[in-house]
Amino acid sequence: MTAEGTRQEDGSGGGVLLDVRELKVEFRTRDGVAHAVNGVNYRVSAGETLAVLGESGSGKSVTAQAVLGILDTPPGHVTGGEILFHGRDLLRMGAEERRRIRGTRLAMIFQDALSALNPVLSVGTQLGEMFEVHRGMSRKEARGCAAELMDRVRIPAARSRVGDYPHQFSGGMRQRIMIAMALALGPDLIIADEPTTALDVTVQAQVMDLLAELRREYAMGLVLITHDLGVVADVADRIAVMYAGRIVETAPVHDLYRAPAHPYTRGLLDSIPRLDQKGRELYAIKGLPPSLTAIPPGCPFHPRCPKAQDVCRTDRPPLYDVAPGRASACHFWEETISERGDRR
Amino acid sequence: MPEPERPESFQPSGVGTPLPAVEAETVGGPGGTPEVPGAPGAPQGAGVQPAGGRARSLWSDAWHDLRRNPVFVVSGLLILFFLLIAVRPSLLTSTDPLDCDITLSQEGARSGHPFGFDTQGCDVFARTVYGARASVTVGVCATAGAALLGGVLGGLAGFFGGWWDALLSRVADMFFAIPMLLGGLVFLSVVPSGSVWPVVGFIVLLGWPQLARIARGSVLTVKQADFVQAARALGAGNTRLLLRHLAPNAVAPVIVVATIALGTYIALEATLSYLGVGLKPPTVSWGIDISEASKQIRNAPHMLLWPAGALSLTVLAFIMLGDAVRDALDPKLR
Amino acid sequence: MNAEAAGRVGETVLDVRDLAKHYPLTRGVVLRKQVGSVKAVDTVSFALRKGETLGIVGESGCGKSTVAKLLVGLEKPSGGQILYRGEDITRLSGRALKAVRRNIQMVFQDPYTSLNPRMTVGDIIGEPYDIHPEVAPKGDRRRKVQELLDVVGLNPEYINRYPHQFSGGQRQRIGIARGLALRPEVIVADEPVSALDVSVQAQVVNLLERLQDEFDLSYVFIAHDLSVVRHISDRVAVMYLGRFAEVGTEDEIYGHPTHPYTQALLSAVPVPDPEARDRRDRILLSGDVPSPADPPSGCRFRTRCWKARERCALEVPPLDVPEGFEGVAGPARHASACHFAEERQVVPGG
Repeated sequence: MTAEGTRQEDGSGGGVLLDVRELKVEFRTRDGVAHAVNGVNYRVSAGETLAVLGESGSGKSVTAQAVLGILDTPPGHVTGGEILFHGRDLLRMGAEERRRIRGTRLAMIFQDALSALNPVLSVGTQLGEMFEVHRGMSRKEARGCAAELMDRVRIPAARSRVGDYPHQFSGGMRQRIMIAMALALGPDLIIADEPTTALDVTVQAQVMDLLAELRREYAMGLVLITHDLGVVADVADRIAVMYAGRIVETAPVHDLYRAPAHPYTRGLLDSIPRLDQKGRELYAIKGLPPSLTAIPPGCPFHPRCPKAQDVCRTDRPPLYDVAPGRASACHFWEETISERGDRR
Repeated sequence: MPEPERPESFQPSGVGTPLPAVEAETVGGPGGTPEVPGAPGAPQGAGVQPAGGRARSLWSDAWHDLRRNPVFVVSGLLILFFLLIAVRPSLLTSTDPLDCDITLSQEGARSGHPFGFDTQGCDVFARTVYGARASVTVGVCATAGAALLGGVLGGLAGFFGGWWDALLSRVADMFFAIPMLLGGLVFLSVVPSGSVWPVVGFIVLLGWPQLARIARGSVLTVKQADFVQAARALGAGNTRLLLRHLAPNAVAPVIVVATIALGTYIALEATLSYLGVGLKPPTVSWGIDISEASKQIRNAPHMLLWPAGALSLTVLAFIMLGDAVRDALDPKLR
Repeated sequence: MNAEAAGRVGETVLDVRDLAKHYPLTRGVVLRKQVGSVKAVDTVSFALRKGETLGIVGESGCGKSTVAKLLVGLEKPSGGQILYRGEDITRLSGRALKAVRRNIQMVFQDPYTSLNPRMTVGDIIGEPYDIHPEVAPKGDRRRKVQELLDVVGLNPEYINRYPHQFSGGQRQRIGIARGLALRPEVIVADEPVSALDVSVQAQVVNLLERLQDEFDLSYVFIAHDLSVVRHISDRVAVMYLGRFAEVGTEDEIYGHPTHPYTQALLSAVPVPDPEARDRRDRILLSGDVPSPADPPSGCRFRTRCWKARERCALEVPPLDVPEGFEGVAGPARHASACHFAEERQVVPGG
């Protein structure tokens, strides 16, 4: 019944690196249980860039945290689903094994590079540490590798800056160091959570380009978590749009921008001002994202949806197969997809 | 400047950032929520309002949390009890603590005298009950004085900055350098004492710098907040900024530290009285009694047990209260 | 609204001349010694007309937020003038300053910190009336506050609620209502939508546009998001390291940029259109923005500019129609502080 229903049993086949199945995450707060992730499915293959697009509270970052095993527990709890990495369920692994995989084969890039780096250690030490711990190198060798890495992420005069501390680098350079750190041990998959949101546009472009280039070079999988439709259009191969803890639409990037199959996606596309266009009033999705402690019954988007019918208020739409590789959780996807937007 | 997107994690991420999941709002609102009338051209549904709930200030939220915190309930009840007997000791005992019969010296408990008698033959129960008054008076008055003095001076220093701030900070540093106990020994042996007021005065004198520092830091933090800038941009004067914007938002840490300090001030009074420079007979004080009793601990441990127990319980109660208040007021949890 | 707005805009409301703000850099605690200064804003000039929106874009640290603070009087300028209807407000103080301030109000970036958490919404929006009691008689204030709530699309019944009971977008509406309370002529908005989610951002942008029409407001709209600025602005100023690099109408700047910095900036903005991925003319700048404490001589952009020549280090390019463009008719003819200005289309389909 879902687009994911056609997958093979063996998740490791076909170069699939990461296969998230029916993942559920809850946060138990004093004001009730927040259902942050409610059955998310996605898979990423080697050499592919999947963008997970959503607004704050959509569950996009929480999903990533669950995958990496860095969810704050409590209050966060994974309450269901599987996270298959190379066909093995990360959720069933011991803590030690999971930590090892996280260090070497699965890496993360955070939004805020300054707080992700230790301010009292030089960047060379922090980069080198990874080689010392995981590769058993001597300090000197590790330092050499650190400089090489910094060079590879195009930090100018890398060799002379190995001994510098994080605060001596600019925001863009720090984010490069984070990328270097993620790349250090040659991971198969990188999860980048809003990697360029805190950066200025000109620097953002540099960092995004670097990331895309390195992904190609190393044939890695990349999960890019973002709220920025522009960044997605620039680098993603496939997109998963999240809303209220669920994926509401997945599609190859060109299809999604050309003809979105979910009213939420359409609303997002229509609500952003365009650099290359001018004049029309912005379409505004009415209302607010739901509180995760009280997600509306039926389709979670129905209170804000211009197309909502009675069925939307009662029946939660499954992910309908729209086309090969495309799915939409809307009862009226056919209508939505054939509609011409007011934008092009 | 690019504003990093608010982290999506449900961990409290920034001061004053409400948890997205627990924000007091529901989409669409209940049936009764009126849509905004008028507002031509307003995007439809923009009138979705926070629903279900009365107006809750941060103070009432804190109070709501406090009431559900067992630590607060227990410590609060204890403190109420001590306050009560400090004000009306006769509610608990009809025995006069100064009405002593030397023939009953160090006698154990007996009917009507549950805690027994001390060396002078005074009723230990009555003395323990009456001793609360001195301790609570010193604690409350010294804290009030230190918090008021320290809060105002520190707050002003943080607000105005400049030379006034530099001067105050240096003066506070000087007071910090004076060891409480040694200072007390010297100060109180010079000032003719015996009653609670010199002790209160001394504690205020040495206690205010701590609270001034807290107040100064707190004001400095709040001063950066945009809402203070906003008021300034409206043309608000200093008085308004201080009273309406800074004080209510900066006072919480001062309250917390003051509450904890209250417990330690009570302990300090007892220590000074124990050393013979604080309160002096005929004032009834736990410190004096502990001092007397400690000489006889082998013969009559009950004399030490009761006043020392009462003292520890009071201090503990205030420190627990301070902890509970901090949990309730801590903006990071809000 | 912007195309027709050009015809509608009227007289000059705000005239800013050579505005500067230098923060002294001092060393030593007791004996302060000035060792230099950070030139956050350096000789910025512009005029704002009635009903017009001037967008100021630039990257972090370029001084755009300082401009906002100078305009609303949160900072004292180190030089230059801010003429509001011909009167230099930088020279005013006391009562006269307070009276002028009524007319220039600000909307802040962060809806989470710009509202006093211990005050009710009614008190927050009503505070301008407490400070300027002549605007509204006391008995009238509650009604006025409720009207304002209505105007910004909030339910007037929520007057007694506290800010933490609202979402980010709603809080920003409260901040806007406060800015409107004194019926100002000019609103300075410093990144008013950058902290908001995409779907909510559109609501607030639309609200700002509607209010502009309704109250005939002039906006100084400061943002780093070039798309939002294009959407809302009539004229745009591109700022780099404390100075304006290029100023023109929205079409002149986005469609016909002549300053290399503007071109680089525009080309870096990701366009939400995957088809444009390969067609785009990307200019990747190298290096970082120099420190405003030690800006480059001559043209400030020259250290990152691919066209820089000796002349750029020696002569400060004036913000004017560049040489060679004087005779040109059309949108490429606009003020651009570059010795070697050239038109280059960088926005796809722009």
